[in-house]
Amino acid sequence: MTIETRIADGSRPRLPRGVRLKHDDARGEWLLLAPERLVKTDAIALAILQRCDGVATFSAIVDDLAAAFSADRGRVETDVRALLEDLAAKRMIDL
Amino acid sequence: MTHDPQRIAPPVGLLAELTHRCPLACPYCSNPLQLEQRADELDAAAWKRVFSEAAALGVLHAHLSGGEPASRSDLADIVAHCAKEGLYTNLITSGIGLTEDRVKALAGAGLDHVQLAIQDAEADSADRICGYQGAFARKIEAAAWIVAAGMPLTINAVIHRANVARAGKMVELAVALGARRVEIAHTQYYGWGMLNRAALMPGRGEAEAAIAEVEALRLKHAGVIVIDHVAPDYHARYPKACMGGWAKRSFNVTPSGKALPCHAAETIPGLEFWSVRDHSLAEIWTDSPAFNAFRGTGWMREPCRSCERKEIDYGGCRCQALALTGDAREADPACHLSPHHGAVAAVAMAAAGEGQDDLPAYVYRSAKLPEPAQ
Repeated sequence: MTIETRIADGSRPRLPRGVRLKHDDARGEWLLLAPERLVKTDAIALAILQRCDGVATFSAIVDDLAAAFSADRGRVETDVRALLEDLAAKRMIDL
Repeated sequence: MTHDPQRIAPPVGLLAELTHRCPLACPYCSNPLQLEQRADELDAAAWKRVFSEAAALGVLHAHLSGGEPASRSDLADIVAHCAKEGLYTNLITSGIGLTEDRVKALAGAGLDHVQLAIQDAEADSADRICGYQGAFARKIEAAAWIVAAGMPLTINAVIHRANVARAGKMVELAVALGARRVEIAHTQYYGWGMLNRAALMPGRGEAEAAIAEVEALRLKHAGVIVIDHVAPDYHARYPKACMGGWAKRSFNVTPSGKALPCHAAETIPGLEFWSVRDHSLAEIWTDSPAFNAFRGTGWMREPCRSCERKEIDYGGCRCQALALTGDAREADPACHLSPHHGAVAAVAMAAAGEGQDDLPAYVYRSAKLPEPAQ
């Protein structure tokens, strides 16, 4: 299903109330908790989601990640956009 | 059957039936026919211990349910404790018993999410279904308080003969109320639901039309509301993975403290349930005889035992197998591979549905044990 939730460069993604990151001590992993949902969060997704504070813009988050991981900006942007658009469609991120 | 505790993955969810008291009387209530009494309920201190043990065991989601959990005056205190333990708290409520101040107090206590049940998209029908005049209007009011308090709202609607024509309208109502998620769940027939099956089961055509209508709304409201859809068992080809597998992901604790693998597990004769009054949750999860009775796949008979789907649907629902075949070890007859499937399909085919003028009367949920079904 195609879902139209294009992210503008200036949008400030944030985790809405009811969606939060948690380190699960029992299983030794990070999870994104939401209503009736648990999403396992790998190191890259965690780095992205920890920057979604409602203050940083989408383009600032991409800049920051590209610098932090010495990675190609275009590729980082593709990854961040894919994750956030998917989570926005599931109402787990507000844009 | 023995299980190595090292190999039993910890549970992710605990559904706490804080009380069986409820102002409503829905004829498909998931509580048992024999409701537990107020005098037997765990007090707040006991529930706090249970939630602390749950968090230590690995539980992530704490579902605060009932009955109507708002019937307890110590609800916000229990929520605050769960929040302190880092549990994700989900209040499962009818909305009756909530006030604007109580909703604010729950939000302040750290409640993560509210699931509000509606019975129909039209007030008169909704009030008839739950047996409470004025309930619909109060729910609409409660939804506004929840959204105003900044909490994410899920609307839950159980679908049956009296409201099946308005499944789509209920999704639209959920959107209008500001919900971020809606559950459209076709009725499950255990306990009260089984007692009222003839009055609840829609015709096949009606059920299929409702499913198609709701599925079409997914795209229309994409990015606005998430639709979770529970299909009607009796019209299915494969059974659902009930509870995601028996004693595999989550469990229930009743108001008096009995730990159950699912809502209806007490309908299965011969199971030994342990109480949180006598055992820690860790002991119960790994060693309770009831939890180990149908854990994994070792208990299975044919056609489940050699089925390639046995770790997908875990044989379906044990309570439904019992209710429809007389033996909880049989395959859930919702499965087309079950030798009893024909009888289930016949019930579904015989469901009158079509029109609402001839709805049979409900046996409303009440504290008084109903007469045995014939």
